[in-house]
Order: sequence, then structure tokens, then C-alpha cells
Amino acid sequence: MMNLHTFAAALPEMYLAAAICVVLLFEAFVGERRPGSTGTLTLLLLVIGAGLTVQFADVTQRVVLFDGSYVADPLAYVLKLAGFLTVAVGLLYSRTYLQNRDILKGEYYALSLSALLGIFVLISANSLLTVYLGVELLALSVYAMVAFDRESGVAAEAAMKYFVLGSIASGMLLYGMSIVYGLTGTLSLDGIAVALSAPHNLGVILGLTFIVVAVAFKLGAVPFHMWLPDVYDGAPTSVTLFVGTAPKIGYFALALRLLAHGLAGVTVDWAAMLVPLAVLTLIVGNLVAIAQTNIKRMLAYSTIAHVGFIVLGFASGTADGYSAALYYTLVYVLMALGFFGVVILASRKGFEADQLEHYKGLYRRDPLLALAMAMLMFSTAGVPPFVGFWAKLRIIQALWETQHLWLVVIAVLMSVVGAFYYLRVVKLMYFDEAPESLPDTVRSFGVRLALGINAAAVLVLGILPAPLLDLCARVLH
Amino acid sequence: MITLADLLTLSGILFALAVAGIFLNRKNVILLLMCVELLLLAANFNFIAFSRMFGDLTGQVFVFFVLTVAAAESAIGLAILVVLFRERRSISVEDLNTLKG
Repeated sequence: MMNLHTFAAALPEMYLAAAICVVLLFEAFVGERRPGSTGTLTLLLLVIGAGLTVQFADVTQRVVLFDGSYVADPLAYVLKLAGFLTVAVGLLYSRTYLQNRDILKGEYYALSLSALLGIFVLISANSLLTVYLGVELLALSVYAMVAFDRESGVAAEAAMKYFVLGSIASGMLLYGMSIVYGLTGTLSLDGIAVALSAPHNLGVILGLTFIVVAVAFKLGAVPFHMWLPDVYDGAPTSVTLFVGTAPKIGYFALALRLLAHGLAGVTVDWAAMLVPLAVLTLIVGNLVAIAQTNIKRMLAYSTIAHVGFIVLGFASGTADGYSAALYYTLVYVLMALGFFGVVILASRKGFEADQLEHYKGLYRRDPLLALAMAMLMFSTAGVPPFVGFWAKLRIIQALWETQHLWLVVIAVLMSVVGAFYYLRVVKLMYFDEAPESLPDTVRSFGVRLALGINAAAVLVLGILPAPLLDLCARVLH
Repeated sequence: MITLADLLTLSGILFALAVAGIFLNRKNVILLLMCVELLLLAANFNFIAFSRMFGDLTGQVFVFFVLTVAAAESAIGLAILVVLFRERRSISVEDLNTLKG
């Protein structure tokens, strides 16, 4: 029996599509006269969206809708909730920054929401068509966001590079999908999972190569990472915050739905392709990050290094590995929200706190911000008792259980290398003198409270890791 | 009689041309946009060829979606290009060198 109730599981997407229209209309009629009101409305809509998701979309088992092209399962529920919260917190942090740069416009919020819709479509994709549409909706919104500051030539250049390289990746993904379609005769991921069960088939490997390249590009794995530092550096910091957080959830879902579910029959093949990618990503990301003097570029290479860990989780090819990758993704997004939030709060009108030396002596100027940044950096470096430690540990456990011992060695070694440049930030903040008088940090209470909670969450989840770990294990078994 | 192999060869050639165009072209960003379109069309060709082989319409439906997305993609690409031109007064690929990978 088809009735409206059947579609309750797809409520987050439908709600979000309506919310985008509301935001656009509101901006056209009210937002022009009252700058900033669209931002408040968007935050409200996101919180309501999260509430509705909890109320209606909390499915206990797999629900397949829309002729098999859409799936709602506990995993999708968790990821969508994380998506709502991530975007809401990110937009909250960005507000003052957007205002100072004269880009506090309704379109920014509409684009953020449409990117989030793209992420949701990816999360719930169950056919090649939905995967493709999700990837494109997310990517197109983000290209526009990167170029959002029209006065900035660097941002336009970053957007152009991102656009061209991103389009090549989409083309590769599509070409790979067409080959998979040619081999199986179906677009449904369930159907493909049944039809493709024999590994080491030449056609499958050809199609997989294209798909793996595209997924690696979207995640930012070496050697397909060239866009990432440029986009992080060139884009306005609020967009860097956005690009660095919510899309990672979407691209994790892309890898999970497409590789771990649709192409589960040929796991041996794609896992073998992911291993060298992950190793290169870990090594290049961590080593190049050391040489950076720009904090946004340093965090970009650190993102690449973390992507290496997430890819390692997939490369193990087991449900344990996937749940470790899920945990790592969620934890990374939480930490990235925090440290990009600090970069945003340290910037003022006409001043970008994007060089490492701008953080010298931050402790004297703003002890609370320095403490939050220190906690986030310790966590990102993987120092116990912060949550970043458990994320790394879970990945290493998953690799240990699948006998990938040399990967364990590389992962541990590279974590040690990574700790150097994270702790360097802490040293700059606490033990160095500020070179000249730098502008004050942003003192808005609400934003600082949110950042404080964010940093505290990194510690609390590190001391009590069990609930989130269990959740990640449960939704993937 | 046109066989599946012929169609796949043609799509392979289109794909190779598009990728070569993207990496060899140093002059003009608009050429990059054209190559990106060609890349998507090569994949479309594959979908249609397989769709004909299976006698299954879903492949052709996919192509309609891809064409729509490709139009949106060009629109965004050209919009970014306009912003870039206003800042730089140039659309040469060689001038995209302020940020270094």
C-alpha cells in the first residue's frame, strides 16, 4: 500500500528541498532589507530539520523507496543527523566572518542547504543514478560557494581549479558507472551487488579503476589531492570550514554505498587499489604539512593525512574497517569544525589569521580560544585521552585484524610525524611572543560558547568513547 | 551493421580526446569547459550503447539526467569564469598560478 506514510523515511530530503525554497523566497522578500535575518532563519530550519529527522526518519531497519533508488537505514539516519548539526554549527561560526567580508547574503545559506541536500542524496543513494545526482548537487553547490567572494581573485582561481578537476572526477565516475552498467545491465546498487560477484574480471577492474580514481579525488587522496590545498587556501575561511566538514560525510557515504555495498562482490580488487593510495596519502599529507607556513594550507594537508586513515579503513575490506572509517569521519568532522572555527574567530575585518605566525602568543591575547585550539590540536594529533586517539586506534585495530601489519607500521609512524606540526601550533600559541600587535579575536558570546562545547566534546567523547563507538559498530552490522 | 565494439571504441576515443584536451591545453579556460562536456558525452555514449545492447531503457534515462546536470555544470563553470575574468582580465590557463598545489 502506497501512502504518504511510506515516504516518511525520505522526510529529511523533502524537508530540505522545501527549506531551500523558503530560504530563497525569504531572502528575496525580507532578507534584502534585514541583513543577517536569512542566516537566523537557516539555523532555525536546520534545527527543526534535525528534530523532524529524529521524530520521523529514525528507521530501525533498511527501507527501500522510489523503485529501489533510495535507501533509508540506521546508518543514513546517523549520517543525516550529523549533517544537519555540522552545517548548523558551521554556519553559526561563519556569521561574523561573512559580515566582515560583506558576503553575508541569503544565497550563501541557500547554497549551503543545497550542498547538504546533495550530501543527503549521497547518503541515501541506492542506485548509480542517485549516487551521480548526489555527487553533482554537492559539487556544484560547493564550486559556487568557493567563488562566493566576488572581490577575491584568489577565490575565483581556487574555484576554477576545483571546478575543472572536480568535473574530470565526475566524468571519470560516470565513465566507470557506464562500464559497471554495461557489465550488469542494472543501475540498482542491490542488483549490481548480486550481479558482480567474480573478482579479477578485466572489465570489472577497468570500471573499478575509474570509480576508485573518482572516489579518491572526491575524498582528496594522493595523487588526486592537488585541488584540496588550493581550495582550502583560496576560499574564504567560512567556505573552507564548510568544505572541510559536511562534504566529508557525503563522500564517506559515497565510498560506502558505491564500493562497500554495490561493489561488495569485488572487494578484493578495489581494496588492493586503495592500499597504495592510502599509503601515499598518509606519507605525502603528513610530510608536506610540516613545510607549510599558512595554517589553512597546513590544515589542508592534515585533512589529506586524515583521509589516508579513512581510506585505510575501507582498504581493510571488513565491516569492522568500515565502522572504524565511519567513526573516524564523524570524529574528524567534529575536530575540523573546531579548528576552522578557531581560524574564523581569530580573523577580523580586513585581517585573515591564515599564517601560522598569527597564532604566536594567542594564549596571552585570548586564553580561552588558545585552550580550545590546543585541545583540538592534541585530539587531531591523536593524543589520548582526546577522541582523535580512539579514531586512529580503531583504524589500526581493523588493519591488525586483517593482517595488514605493514600498514599498521606506516599508520603509526605517520601519526608520530603528524603530531609534530599539530603540537607546533600549540607551542606557537603558548610559548612564543606575538610579533606585533594583532587585532583582537571575535568576542561574540554565543559563538564562543558553541566553540567551547565543540572543544569539550572532543575531550568528553575521548574519555567516554563507548557510546559513539558502539553506535558506529551497530549501524554497520 | 554497427556493433557494440564500434560504439565503445568511439566512446573511448572521445574520452581520450577529452582528457588529452584538458591536460595539453595551456591557453584557454573555455577549451577546458568544452573538454569537460566531451568527457560527459563519452560516458553518455557508453550508456546508450549498453542500453541498446540490453534493450533496457534505464541507461537512456540516465543519459537525460546527465545532460541536464551537464547544462548546470556549464552554467556554474561559465559563471566562475566571468568572476575570474573580472579579477584577472585574462582567461589563460597559464595565469592560474597564484595558488601552488
